[in-house]
Amino acid sequence: MNTNSIIKKRKSTVANVLIFILLFCLSLVFLVPIFVVILNSFKGKFYISKAPFALPTSETFAGLDNYINGIVKSGFTNAMGYSFFITVASVIVIIILTSMTAWYITRRKSKLTSGIYYLFVFSMIVPFQMVMFSTVKIANMLHIDNPIGIVVLYLGFGAGLAVFIFSGFVKGIPIEIEEAAMIDGCNPLQTFFRVVLPILRPTAITVAILQAMWVWNDYLLPMLVIGNKYKTIPVAVQGVLTGTYGARDMGSLMAMLVLAIIPIIVFYLVAQKSIIKGVIAGAVKG
Amino acid sequence: MQKTLKKYFIIFLIPTLIAFAIAFVVPFIMGVYLSFAKFTTVTNSTWVGLDNYIKIFTINNDFTNALWFTVKFTVVSVITVNVIAFILAKFLTRGIRGTNIFRTVFFMPNLIGGIVLGYIWQILINGILLNFGVTLTFDAKYGFWGLIFLMNWQMIGYMMVIYIAGLQNIPDDLLEAAAIDGATAWQTLRKVTLPLIASSITICTFLTLSNSFKLFDQNLALTGGAPMRETTMLALDIYDTFYGRTGYQGVGQAKAVIFFVLVGIIAFIQLKISRSREVES
Repeated sequence: MNTNSIIKKRKSTVANVLIFILLFCLSLVFLVPIFVVILNSFKGKFYISKAPFALPTSETFAGLDNYINGIVKSGFTNAMGYSFFITVASVIVIIILTSMTAWYITRRKSKLTSGIYYLFVFSMIVPFQMVMFSTVKIANMLHIDNPIGIVVLYLGFGAGLAVFIFSGFVKGIPIEIEEAAMIDGCNPLQTFFRVVLPILRPTAITVAILQAMWVWNDYLLPMLVIGNKYKTIPVAVQGVLTGTYGARDMGSLMAMLVLAIIPIIVFYLVAQKSIIKGVIAGAVKG
Repeated sequence: MQKTLKKYFIIFLIPTLIAFAIAFVVPFIMGVYLSFAKFTTVTNSTWVGLDNYIKIFTINNDFTNALWFTVKFTVVSVITVNVIAFILAKFLTRGIRGTNIFRTVFFMPNLIGGIVLGYIWQILINGILLNFGVTLTFDAKYGFWGLIFLMNWQMIGYMMVIYIAGLQNIPDDLLEAAAIDGATAWQTLRKVTLPLIASSITICTFLTLSNSFKLFDQNLALTGGAPMRETTMLALDIYDTFYGRTGYQGVGQAKAVIFFVLVGIIAFIQLKISRSREVES
């Protein structure tokens, strides 16, 4: 090794150390907001706005009061239940029904099916505000303004992206496999569930993650459609803040924010690889 | 196969299509119609022609102000998010110790919903501004930069992950060849790296663009448009017009149609750019 490359190498080690320090500081910046919220969730409600960055002292420490208040006031356990139910039900329904639709319109080529495909793609670019008012009114009229009925709306709104991603992957499956299954006596339903769906499994995971993140965090649709009776987590958090449950209580707000973040972080740490892979796949397709 | 499939139309298509019609197709058509009508619920509408569209610009300046604020916000956030995300992606593809942990941390805020994010930052920024005796809603510029910070915190990790995937696809021998030919780091970046990740740049630019342009939850939670509606973005302005006061639903719907057209133009440009790139390669 000549001196030149040794110098170069040393230069890059120095650079790497500097970059490491920079990244370390930056990751603290990324984590601080969450720590501040956790910290304040253990402080008495009157001490939060005054000194948000101070550690709790024996005087300001409030134990679990904020958590108890927040949970009782906003019905947080109910909100958690609704959010969980709506997310799981919507994702399952979306995965099964849209993969069927995507397979059908990719395999049976006609003017009608390609028209339907383009309509799905078109729906992806339309902002929610465009259909917001009419959708909410229709949901009221059809009496699907409850946690089970809202799944229909999520299927309708989620169908665009899901059909688009599934169709892309169905095109890559050799049709001979399906024809062989049909010749062996499978009807289209059996062919789809026994042959096609297992092949689509990785795609289904991608779609499930994208849809789960969207439904879990969605605020406007559940607020407008079922917000009066059934509050999901985002709606409950917004409610605590705007004083729906009486005077604005910073303490319970902090506790609510912590409780709202925990399921997401657990989900992220458990399924990190699939989440990142799903997000990349979704982005590249969209 | 085509023939057997024909009989299964109802089972495979109808459930999704019914939901799609209820949630999207029918409301979309109604939405276009209602933008030319006066109504309070969807059943009592009367045709008023272009009245609503004229009212958008004659009653007050809310919509044009929101449009201007949204455009400023979008430009700044697209640039900051993408530049920072790209630099981080470069740093995280050097094989530095702890790369995986850094990636995990930077990506995490992306999963937290807009409402929760908005309130976290409201508390944080108010805590900092407390030292200067002001609050987030004291001046529109605090709200503006607050939204920029929030957007960066949320989107950087996402874009970084896409850039990392792009950078990892660059063949090593190309970079080595550039080094042997005596290219400086800057030359390598401009002539080798950036052209090779052009598709990642397009994807990330348009993702941040459309996410920033359509931002709602974060805007509602962080400032709610205060002070004096000065930090109201387009989506929030439309929402406020619909539900803020009765009698203006038609104007709200007309605003939504314009909003949709703007978003559609952005999507169309993106499609054109990625199509032409596919033809090139």
